[in-house]
Amino acid sequence: MRRVRGWLAVGWTWLDDRLGLAGLGAMAKKKDVPVHRHTLWYYLGGMTLFLFLVQLATGALLLIYYRPSAEEAYESVQFLMAEVQFGWLIRSIHSWAANLMIFALFLHMFSVLLLRAYTRPRELTWISGFLLFGLALTFGFTGYLLPWNELAYFATRVGTQIIAVIPVVGEFLLRVLRGGDDVTGATLTRFYAIHVALLPATALALLGVHLYLVQRHGMSVPRSVEARGGPARRMPFFPNFFLRDLVGWLSALAILAALAAYIPAELGAKADPFASAPAGIKPEWYFMFMFQTLKYLPAHILGIEGEAVGVLGFGLGAVALLLIPFLDRGGERGGSGRAVTWFGVAIIAFIIVLTYLGYTADPTQ
Amino acid sequence: MTSASPRATQGRRTFLDWLLGTSVGGLAVAVLYPVARYLVPPRSAESAASTVTLPFVPDDLAPNSAKIFKFGNRPGIIVRTASGELRAFSAACTHLGCIVQHRADLGHLWCACHNGHFDLNGINIAGPPPRPLETFIVNVRGDQIVVSKGA
Repeated sequence: MRRVRGWLAVGWTWLDDRLGLAGLGAMAKKKDVPVHRHTLWYYLGGMTLFLFLVQLATGALLLIYYRPSAEEAYESVQFLMAEVQFGWLIRSIHSWAANLMIFALFLHMFSVLLLRAYTRPRELTWISGFLLFGLALTFGFTGYLLPWNELAYFATRVGTQIIAVIPVVGEFLLRVLRGGDDVTGATLTRFYAIHVALLPATALALLGVHLYLVQRHGMSVPRSVEARGGPARRMPFFPNFFLRDLVGWLSALAILAALAAYIPAELGAKADPFASAPAGIKPEWYFMFMFQTLKYLPAHILGIEGEAVGVLGFGLGAVALLLIPFLDRGGERGGSGRAVTWFGVAIIAFIIVLTYLGYTADPTQ
Repeated sequence: MTSASPRATQGRRTFLDWLLGTSVGGLAVAVLYPVARYLVPPRSAESAASTVTLPFVPDDLAPNSAKIFKFGNRPGIIVRTASGELRAFSAACTHLGCIVQHRADLGHLWCACHNGHFDLNGINIAGPPPRPLETFIVNVRGDQIVVSKGA
């Protein structure tokens, strides 16, 4: 026993000389988290990170059987689900973790927005986080097509067609995105490249920046807590906060396993470019509010095509969210930020109502 | 080196800066231009077909029903109206390009994606579609249906 301990000490010293582990250890020991009534929201970033790691692991496993072509994609996923041992489990977890990750990301983003944690000096933390949110949605959009089933095929037709409303360059961008005039096998390989190579590389780099900034500036204490004399106490990150994180992650893993077992991912019918769009066609839930809005817009608004107005509106909303640290001028001077609160609440209410309508409104009326 | 006057050094430095600057720019262009061109898909030959003969006979279509057919590489839809007339349109919805279907219960064309409605002349009558469907010309020759693009 003593000899083993001696070897470990020698090994640790060897690594420490080369990696500077003692410095990292000291840094970890110093890291702490303020404790107050909003501390719960601090766990959502870590939860999103955990689900992202689940995606990397299950995604790598799916690559082993998946074949990215219009002729083979559907069949390879069918084979994976029916023949490969635990293939259904890996794919179902990938699908569920994607949904839970985006849900956690929504909560994380809106909690940061409403607590106004994006104010100086955390503007870049917010911007990197918002870009990661954009990447997550792109992950979802490109991944949805890969099984090459009917629902995904038409969702992609609609989703990509939207880009054509951009004046002048829209048609050109549409061709580049689809790899041709229509959604075909060329679109599938493009989306595959984006989904498994381009996005993971970009997301990991951006995630590094985001985590570095979180590390550098520490946790933001909400103004309402600051006004009452600051947080009552602080909790060390290691091990106190980290262990609580782990409890959340293990719970998430258990929920994932249960969801995957009881509600496995569906495959549906193979995409047929020469079949009518089926009734009840719908995108992933996190695009539902936009999809439903486009249904309600009339053909023309003030002489402009309805969908162009809708897309412009969503674009402006996204830009406003991205730039919120600079638009919230009260943030610097410790203003109440009531405008931001109303803006945030309005967006959340809009998303919830339109999503609800998307799932309940009669699709034929 | 020591013999160069400050002014000559200055001139040489400006030149080197310029050289470096332009070669970095040139390198960037040399890398990015091929990548950008690579990402633009090659133009495949547009389907030259302006006429197609459908792979089914007129009797396959009952009154108040429709079928999707291939017009080159694009989908078309042929409808037999309740009065027995054959009409053909492009099946791509003018809103966001989904493929429309015939609803026997409504007696007209419908797009499931965003609830767009077209009458049996292809005119957009409800929902978000901004324009009518493209209309094709239908000719029946014996038991062949021939669909062609309008002039």
